[in-house]
Order: sequence, then structure tokens, then C-alpha cells
Amino acid sequence: MQNNTVVITGIGLISSLGEGVDAHWKAFNDGLEPRIDSETFKPYAVHPLVEVDWNNQIPKRGDQRQMETWQRIGTYTAGLALQDAGIKDDESLCASMDMVVAAGGGERDVSVDTQILAEARVRNDIGTMLNEKLTTELRPTLFLAQLSNLLAGNISIVHKVTGSSRTFMGEEGSGISAIDTAVARIRSGQSTHALVGGSYNSQHPDMLLGYELNGMLKRDGWAPLWQREDSEGGGIVTGSGGAFLVLESAEHAQKRGARVYAAIDGIYSAQIRRSRDDLTQTVAKLIGAASADKAADLIISGASGAKHVTAVEKAAFDTFSSSAVRGVAGKLGHLREAQFPLVVALAALSVFNGSAFPPVDAKNEKAGPSSVNTALATSIGGTRSEGVARLVKV
Amino acid sequence: MSKYTDHLGRPLVAITGLGVVSSLGQGKEENWAALTSGTSGIHTITRFALDNLRTQIAGTVDFLEESTKGASALSQKLASLAAEEAVAQAGFPVDDFGGPLFLAAPPVELEWRNRFALDALVKSEGEPGYDLLLAACRRGPQEDMFNTAEFGYIAEVLADKFGTRGLPITLSTACASGATAIQLGVEAIRRGESDRVLSIGTDGSVSAEALIRFSLLSALSTHNEPAHKAAKPFSKDRDGFVMAEGSGAMVMESLESAVARGANVLGIMRGCGEKADDFHRTRSKPDGSPAIGAVRASLEDAGIEEGAIDYINAHGTSTPENDKMEYLALSTVFGDRISSLPVSSNKSMIGHTLTAAGAIEAVFSVLTIQTGTIPPTINYDNPDPAIVMDVVPNVKREASVSSVLSSSFGFGGQNTCLVMTAEPN
Repeated sequence: MQNNTVVITGIGLISSLGEGVDAHWKAFNDGLEPRIDSETFKPYAVHPLVEVDWNNQIPKRGDQRQMETWQRIGTYTAGLALQDAGIKDDESLCASMDMVVAAGGGERDVSVDTQILAEARVRNDIGTMLNEKLTTELRPTLFLAQLSNLLAGNISIVHKVTGSSRTFMGEEGSGISAIDTAVARIRSGQSTHALVGGSYNSQHPDMLLGYELNGMLKRDGWAPLWQREDSEGGGIVTGSGGAFLVLESAEHAQKRGARVYAAIDGIYSAQIRRSRDDLTQTVAKLIGAASADKAADLIISGASGAKHVTAVEKAAFDTFSSSAVRGVAGKLGHLREAQFPLVVALAALSVFNGSAFPPVDAKNEKAGPSSVNTALATSIGGTRSEGVARLVKV
Repeated sequence: MSKYTDHLGRPLVAITGLGVVSSLGQGKEENWAALTSGTSGIHTITRFALDNLRTQIAGTVDFLEESTKGASALSQKLASLAAEEAVAQAGFPVDDFGGPLFLAAPPVELEWRNRFALDALVKSEGEPGYDLLLAACRRGPQEDMFNTAEFGYIAEVLADKFGTRGLPITLSTACASGATAIQLGVEAIRRGESDRVLSIGTDGSVSAEALIRFSLLSALSTHNEPAHKAAKPFSKDRDGFVMAEGSGAMVMESLESAVARGANVLGIMRGCGEKADDFHRTRSKPDGSPAIGAVRASLEDAGIEEGAIDYINAHGTSTPENDKMEYLALSTVFGDRISSLPVSSNKSMIGHTLTAAGAIEAVFSVLTIQTGTIPPTINYDNPDPAIVMDVVPNVKREASVSSVLSSSFGFGGQNTCLVMTAEPN
């Protein structure tokens, strides 16, 4: 079996902070204030998506109409990643490219749902009423526009990536598994190049409901990521955005003269039973494993803000004295499925630039280091699944 | 090439445990008896009201306590039953499997019953809508409801119950999902990540809303009377698929480790192939090239010629589009031989089990190899003259089958095929 080096050659990013690699690097380095919408979904705050001209990556209006927002964000971001890697218009590279997408779903039709809730209050024949309303009011194409595997389907249609198409589900864990699987396949020679990532739309009440059923959202406006333990509600402020990566074997990248951001040296993941097992120890163990040879210079944390879990992650970091930490959800929100791809991308950028951007929450994050050759990226799920990636300079 | 590696020097993958649940019953024995006797599990739906519905039939699993508890609870139970059977057959401890879990599960949303229950909590506070549902949540956590809407929940429960290792993978590749779960397992064994894997496809998601969504895409049969005649793959009068539920589970191991521990090897998972379609969200590229590519990729991955395939367990959904395109793909790859090569569709009896289909049909493919019985395509009363295939019409057939191709094609351009053989070489 082969043991290929796996490198990142393309990054697509979009969020409340802007569009593209440079915009994000600049936003973090310039210490821009986070963009927050605290009004639309009061008492919840969200980080709204930057204004996007969808035509830039999804030229056909017909295609745009067939997607709900998270699919559109994902398809757009995938296009950015392909473009960044210089293979967007390379038909044969796209046709042989593998794809793993970390997907959610949802984004139901708010107006239809509201009508049904209203009818249900006044009718006794609920089943009949549901059939009546759903058959007459549901937009036929909505099903596909919110179906999990149709983000990948749309990427195939719009960007012609057709080597393979796999959609992983399961909140933060799906992002971890997606990158883990794509890396493992390239490392072992089962694949030469892959597109991997995810997207999330925070600006939809159905998506907020998914979290708030378990009381996980922060209810008193935005606060710095590491300072939410005493706030009202569950601590999470979600953000809209997407993150996609183009991964290749080093040999494949070199042959086509691609620019390399960083190598993914390892993915360390777990899913403990948190009611029983110790999360602090688990996180510390994963970071320990990822730092076995040498401590990383920087940790880009995907901490969601979820109370307790975020504090535990911080406590685990604090047992390692050397590394500087950056909690990026404090700046652009929690992107759930896309959170791990996002932090891996930002860690790769830090390694590529050889420097860390300034602390996002200066009270709780150390300045420095002077140079970055290795960086870790973490995503510890709000409810389950734990993952750490190690990025190294090539 | 040692006796434990394939043509590319990769570990051969043995199948050592199988489990299945469908509308035909629970367990391999019950299912196989019904399937080979041409019994249909399709029936008039009793789970929810049928007023205003053009399609009133499905292959729901109605015999479990969880059958009325919602998509998440039923999908979990179905997966659990199939996995118990598979793990027990393989001879591993049912609570300490010791390998990774790959779960194909339906993307489920918060059920209407739960939305109504939330609304009932806050009815007096204002107009109904999402604002009020969110206000209801602020009264206190609804953990049970939360779990039903979390995509990662079922795999977490199964991982805990069966003692699988690591972060389980939950996946969806639409109607190819079950096959993808198996493919991911095969790849993990070939990479040497584990000597055993548990792959499951499960789907218990038939609800009024799910049915209406497919109905609005004109994908479903409206042949409500008699229900058992509705699924008629490759027939001229086929008019759509029939939604159904079930689960298939497979324990796979490196052949070397299976032999070393003295396990009973049921078959070999020889090859997997896939190719995505970039043509349309629900329709295939007119030239069938992605499906053709997936079939060819699976044969190539298996290292066998098309002439070595004895039987094809078809996707055969009974939609006008799928069966036509599947025939185009198969006849392109297999040439003239397709008219005499047995090709049957389990969906004629169990319906389209969606996320579970690829896994259930892989289980039935291995049973075909083991028993030498090919299950029929029932309801084949009006052959489509444009599809010239031996569909094993209406009655099972005894035949020596040493290699099977199982195909799965799904919305979103998903095409995945599996090749299973009796022997390693």
C-alpha cells in the first residue's frame, strides 16, 4: 500500500467575513469586528452571509433556483476551491476527481409550515389536513433543494466533478469524517485528488430550531467565544458559510505544478459517549496524538461556543503550555458540518503564510507565535464527535 | 498475489455476517422464503391518513413497536435488528464488535407530531410559526425531539450498542446509500485500517410528507389496487417506484483474518465502482455513460471480466426512467449476452427501500450465491419490448451463481455497483 503525502492545493471560503482566501486572511489579520445580525431572529444572533453574486460560480439561473441556500453556498464555495486550485476548467481533472461532502439538510418552507401549524390548531382531522396542505402547497422542487446528497449532486452538475460523489451526514462529525476519508484514500493510493467540504446556512429559523430543541443557542446576543459560560442560553452563535478544500497527493500536485498550502499530516478523531467518558481527557489525548512528534505552533479551534463543551476544549488546550489558540467561531460563528473544513483551511493558511493572525479574543488567547510551521485544527462537536487535524509546512 | 490478496495485491474482503429486515419480515430466513416464493410486501398504507394522496401503497415495516414512532426511531430499530443478525452470524460479540461502523441512514427532519406538540406548549402566546416553536424550546430542552432530528444520533446509539470503534460514518448517497456504506467498509479493510467492518443501510422514513415529496416529483406508482401488483420493474406498464422500508447489514473482514479465526466465509466482496452523473438532479445522462462507468468500474475493481458475471441483482425501481437507463447501461456493458443473463429486481417484491436498498440487495445477492436460487422479478405480465432481458419472470430459478453484480442508482447523479463472488479467485 502506498503512503502518499496529502496536500491542500485549493481553498474555497465564504462567510460573514467575505469571500475567498485573501478576504478571510485579511479579516482575521486586521482584527475586523465580527458581523452580526441580532435582530432578524431575536433573541438569537447569527453571522449573516456576506453579499454574494451567485453568478460568479453558478452561472445558470436555473441551477441557482434548484438549490436552497446551504446548497447554493456549498456549490459556490466548491467552485472557489476548484478555481483556487487551478483546476476549475480542467474537464478531465474534474471528471476523475473524488468528492466527499459533509451535508446537513432542512431549510423547510417557512410559509407552508406556518400554514400547517395554524390549521392544526383549528382542525381535528390533522392527517387529512396535512395531506391537503402538503400536496397543494409544497413546491415540487423543494425536496431536492434541501436533500442532503443534492449539494454534491449540484456540484457535479455545476462544476462537473464526477469521479465519485459521497455525502456524509452527522453534524460536526460529518466534516471530520469527510476530510479523514478523503485523506486516507489519497494517502493509500485509492484516490489522487479530491474535493471535500461543507456549507451551512444560519439564516433560517428551521436551522435555529434544530439547535434550540436542545437549548444550545446563545440567547443574549453575541459575546467573545471563550466568554459565554455565564450567558443566557446554550452558547452557540451560528454563522452562514462554506469551506471546501482540494486535496491531492503531493506527487499529483507537483506534476501539475500546483501551489501547495500545507500537508495534512494526520487526522485524529473519536466519538466518545459524553455521558460516560471524560471529554477533557479525550480532547487532550487527540491533541497529544497530533503533537506526538513535536508540539504544534498554533491551534485553530473550531469550538462551537456550546457551553461546557467549549470550556472543556479550552481546559484541554490549557494543559499544553506551548500553543497559541484561535477560536474562529468568535469571529464568524459556528458552521456545523463545515466547521472542520473551515478550521483545517485556516490552519493551512497559517502554515502557508508562516504566521498566526492576532488573537480573536485577546483576553483568552495568547499572542504569537513568531512563526508557524505546524498547526492543529480542532472541531469538538456541540453534542458528539471529536476531531483534530495536523497541518505541516511542505 | 497471495491467496488472501486480490489482483491488485489488496486484502480480499470476506463477507461473514448478513442481516436483513423488510416488509417481508425479520431475518434472512423469513425474507428469503418470501422473496424466493414471489411474495410481495407492498400493501395499502395504514400508518397515516390517505385522503388526497394519489399514491396509497408502500412496503412499510409495520410489525415493530417502533413502526409508529417516527422515522428516526424506526430507522434505528431496523438497523439494530439487521446488525444484530449480521454480527451474531459472523460470531463476534454483539456488544463488542471492535471495528468501524458505516451507516447509510435517511436524512430525517423533525416530525410533524413534534412540531404540533411544541406548538401546543405555547398556543396561548400568539400566532403559530417558527418564532413560537423557538419560544417553546426556550421553556426547556426537548432532548428526545432533538435526537430525532440529529443526523448523527442513530449511528451514535448503534456504535454504543454494538461496541464499534472510532467515529462512525453516517452517509447518504440517495438510493445508492446502502451500496456506498459497503464500499466505504471495503475501502477501510483494503487500507488496513481494520480487519473487520460493520456496514448497514437502513430506512424507516415512510411518512405522509416523505411520500408527498416523491409524489410531487412524479416518481411513485399510483397503482393502488391491487397493491402487490404495483411494483413491476421492466414491465411496459411500469409507472413508478413504491416506497418501502427495511435494513440490510453486512459484516465484512479481511479474508485472511476471517480464515485465521475460523469464520464461515459466506462470499467475497470483490469490487465496488462508482461514477457521478452531471446531467440533471433526477434524470440520467441520455447516453447512460455514468451508469455504464459505474458498472465497468466495479468489474475492473473486482478484477473480473463481464463474462464471469452469472447474475445481476438490478436496481430495477419500476420507474419508466430508471429501468430504461439501467437496460441501456447493462446492454452496453454486457452486449448481446444481456438477453440471456438473469437480471432480477428484488424491488418488485419489497419495493424501493431507498437508503437501505443497496445494502438489502447486497444481502440478497449473497444469499443467491449461497443457495443457488435466483429470486424472481414478479408482476412481469407485460414485458417492455424495448427491454430485452431475462428478468427471471415471476418464478424463482435454481442456478449455480458464483458471481453477482448489484447495481444502485440514485437522485443526485449517484451510481454505485458492487461485485460479489463465491470464491476469492
